[in-house]
Amino acid sequence: MRPSTVAKVIRIVSGLYAVAIYGFIFLPVGVLVLFSLQATSFPIPPFTGPSLRWYDAVLADTRLTSALVNSLLVAALSSAVAVTLGFLSAWGFARFTLPGSALLRGLITLPLTVSYLIIGMGLLVLFNWAGVPKSLLAAGIGHVVINLPLCFAIIYSQMGDHQINIERAARDLGAPEWKVLLLVTVPVMAPAIFAGFFLSMTFSWDEFVISFLLTRFDTTLPVEIWNLLRSGLNPKTNAVGSLVFAVSIVLVVFFELMLLRRKPA
Amino acid sequence: MNPATNSGRALPWALVTPALGWTLLFFVLPFLAMGFSSLTAHDGGGFTLSNYSQFFTNPAYWQAMVNSLQVTAIVTLVSVLLAYPFAWILAEQVPERWQRLALMLAVLPFWTSYVVRSYSWLLVLAQNGVINRALTDSGLFTEPVQLANTRLATITGFVHFFVMLLTLTIFANLKQLSPSYRKAAADLGAGPVRTFLHVVLPLTLPGIMVGAFLTFVLCIGDYITPQILGGNNELLMPQLVMMQIGRRGDFPLASALSIILMAIVTIAYLSCARWLKIERA
Repeated sequence: MRPSTVAKVIRIVSGLYAVAIYGFIFLPVGVLVLFSLQATSFPIPPFTGPSLRWYDAVLADTRLTSALVNSLLVAALSSAVAVTLGFLSAWGFARFTLPGSALLRGLITLPLTVSYLIIGMGLLVLFNWAGVPKSLLAAGIGHVVINLPLCFAIIYSQMGDHQINIERAARDLGAPEWKVLLLVTVPVMAPAIFAGFFLSMTFSWDEFVISFLLTRFDTTLPVEIWNLLRSGLNPKTNAVGSLVFAVSIVLVVFFELMLLRRKPA
Repeated sequence: MNPATNSGRALPWALVTPALGWTLLFFVLPFLAMGFSSLTAHDGGGFTLSNYSQFFTNPAYWQAMVNSLQVTAIVTLVSVLLAYPFAWILAEQVPERWQRLALMLAVLPFWTSYVVRSYSWLLVLAQNGVINRALTDSGLFTEPVQLANTRLATITGFVHFFVMLLTLTIFANLKQLSPSYRKAAADLGAGPVRTFLHVVLPLTLPGIMVGAFLTFVLCIGDYITPQILGGNNELLMPQLVMMQIGRRGDFPLASALSIILMAIVTIAYLSCARWLKIERA
């Protein structure tokens, strides 16, 4: 075969393969969204819609809407705490030589290697002993545990010599340490800080098992959706699932745009 | 006066202490509590190893670990095999200006909630779901096939998630390869197939290992996918752990099983640690 024929065959096979994988990736999501518009009571073929009745049902369900507010609140607050602690510690480790630095950095990133189930189990046992009641606060604490190492790793990896020199210049010009931090370091590190914050938001927003173990009556949306699953296949679950998907996509697209904006074409 | 010299060693510690404190208080301490709990008896009483010995003597518990390892191994292998060609196509066959969009599309469902994603597969695989409807309508089958509540369903749900994750990591890896390697191989007379086998594949192998390890860790610790898609026909380790808490409130046994699960992950980590170097940029 001539090289151009080989290239052509590779192109055709590649195209077919890519279509198959895209199909596999989007099949469940497509089915989810399609049958959220079902007019009858079962999200199975044949499709009887489109109808928005199940979206109305979701918005009228105060358990779901309050769980949605809880989820956003827990995500925003726990991410803010995680990114603040992550940023301060990344700055401390990147700027100063501390005894046992490598070990301590390892300790901060350690939770990344442990599954959420085990982190949640540990907190459940500890809180149970300490008499801390199950609550959104307890789940939020758990979300900081999983997101802090992520924020730390992202921000720490972006702190290079370039930033040190800018800070040194500010200090030489007489800026006190807190001014260097707020007026120089934070703006320079803004992309990494945003990246850490938004990744934490999406992880916290999706997180199930920690919230499941650590909350009781007031809970987050993934846990409330889990409760809905007990009723089997239900277009209402499709509708709320599609809404969650939409929120996640808004977060991701926003994040993409932030990344693109700082890159000159 | 310069505050930087003034504050001496206090400032750096003030910066890192909150993060370290949080990790110690809400990660290390809970872990110790869990370790301690795993050595106590469920019905009160003192120190015991019975929670651990139960795991080795009760065949149902042992079986859950075997199931977990089998499912995780299959998922990791299948996901890498499906994702690698896909990432390669995105990185090398799709025109440069469309690549970002193509990749973003390919991992879009990655960002849906985990619970929702598993539920979506249930819609597809159910007895009267989309696939069974297509099979019976096309006349290939007269009876619907049992797809949901099987190991195959669990694996499908997992593979769906990890193909997206691995596509991301392998794509990043392929893009980091300098084009000069490929050019050099071509100049030395290698065709596209030989260039791939002898240059591209070996150079991306470390990235594949990192992705595969990530898949292993996330897969073996996940409760949602096997619970929703696999049902209770066969238990995986996380389901066994949750069962101890849910039905019987047996924290000591759940703790012991969690620690055994973690030990397995640690062994896996140590055995491939030399391929897993995460470096500071």
